Amino acid sequence: MRKLKKTIGILTMTLVTLTAMSCKDGKKEGAAEPMSNEMHQEDGNNQDGSKQMANAGSNASDAIIDNYLKIKNALVADNQVKAAEAGGNLVADFDDFDKASYSSEEQQELTDIIEDAKEHAEHISESPMEHQREHFDILSKDVIDMIAITGTDKKLYQDFCPMYNDNKGAQWLSASKEIKNPYYGSKMMGCGEVQKEIN
Amino acid sequence: MKIIKIIVLVLLVAFVGIQFIPTSRNLSSTVPKTDFMLVNKVPTTIQNKLQISCYDCHSNNTGYPWYNKIQPAAWFLEDHIKEGKAELNFNEWGEYSDRRKNSKLRSIISQIEDDEMPLDSYTLIHTDANLSETDKKEIIKYMTQLKNNL
Repeated sequence: MRKLKKTIGILTMTLVTLTAMSCKDGKKEGAAEPMSNEMHQEDGNNQDGSKQMANAGSNASDAIIDNYLKIKNALVADNQVKAAEAGGNLVADFDDFDKASYSSEEQQELTDIIEDAKEHAEHISESPMEHQREHFDILSKDVIDMIAITGTDKKLYQDFCPMYNDNKGAQWLSASKEIKNPYYGSKMMGCGEVQKEIN
Repeated sequence: MKIIKIIVLVLLVAFVGIQFIPTSRNLSSTVPKTDFMLVNKVPTTIQNKLQISCYDCHSNNTGYPWYNKIQPAAWFLEDHIKEGKAELNFNEWGEYSDRRKNSKLRSIISQIEDDEMPLDSYTLIHTDANLSETDKKEIIKYMTQLKNNL
């Protein structure tokens, strides 16, 4: 009798262990839902926005530029956490981007840009700062190319730091004329020059 | 004493039990036309190195040693392969846009330069996947060339 009890006990414990393990996957699926809800809410906000003249595309690119600049500012301030946060938001902005109003050629180009840029934003959301900066370098190129297609109402400065990436140089966008280097932060804040003014 | 016995038994039964949970194996018998080696003219020495050091997690076909068929090692590996393939799949190289190829090449170069790839947990067992300094230099040189020719 005692043996039987023991065996039953063991089997129960095993079952519990196995069930606990299989629960893991279920939870992951559940967690995805609130995120998609949030995205729908953002869509709603965009529609309520006051800029009725502008099409959905340029609204979305405004959001992209805003979060891009937030990453830039965080890297200037050597703030990994804030850069990661803005990187996560930027991923959602790229998902929301509506290409419908562009020609098929532009759409193809935008698809390529967004696919690439999204990956860099994802990496920025989960990497240590030096990696964030590497990805920010390529992300900057993507965003600059994107703006060349979509245009923007914002006043932006295209800056260039000749030293970053083994002296190959790296670009970035800023909303102010004063140079504040996101690749070196406090180490070399003033390194760089304005290459071009957008608007 | 009794408690220890029970714990050992529970673990043993659980260990046997988890072997029956199905895992998806990353296996493919065909190499698609979009494979990195077919799209690019890769020198044989570099081909071999990439095959041994990268392809297990960055392609559709993993060479499974026996211990990776046993749980929980198989789960651990499954996760790595899933992540690795999402990041870079050499089999799908030809499908990447030039912009993405450029990004991927840059990441390949920087990961190898910084000794972040192949993963330590991987080379610990697959000692043949370790890249020597010369291997690293050769691969980086080749990848840089590809990048500049995009």
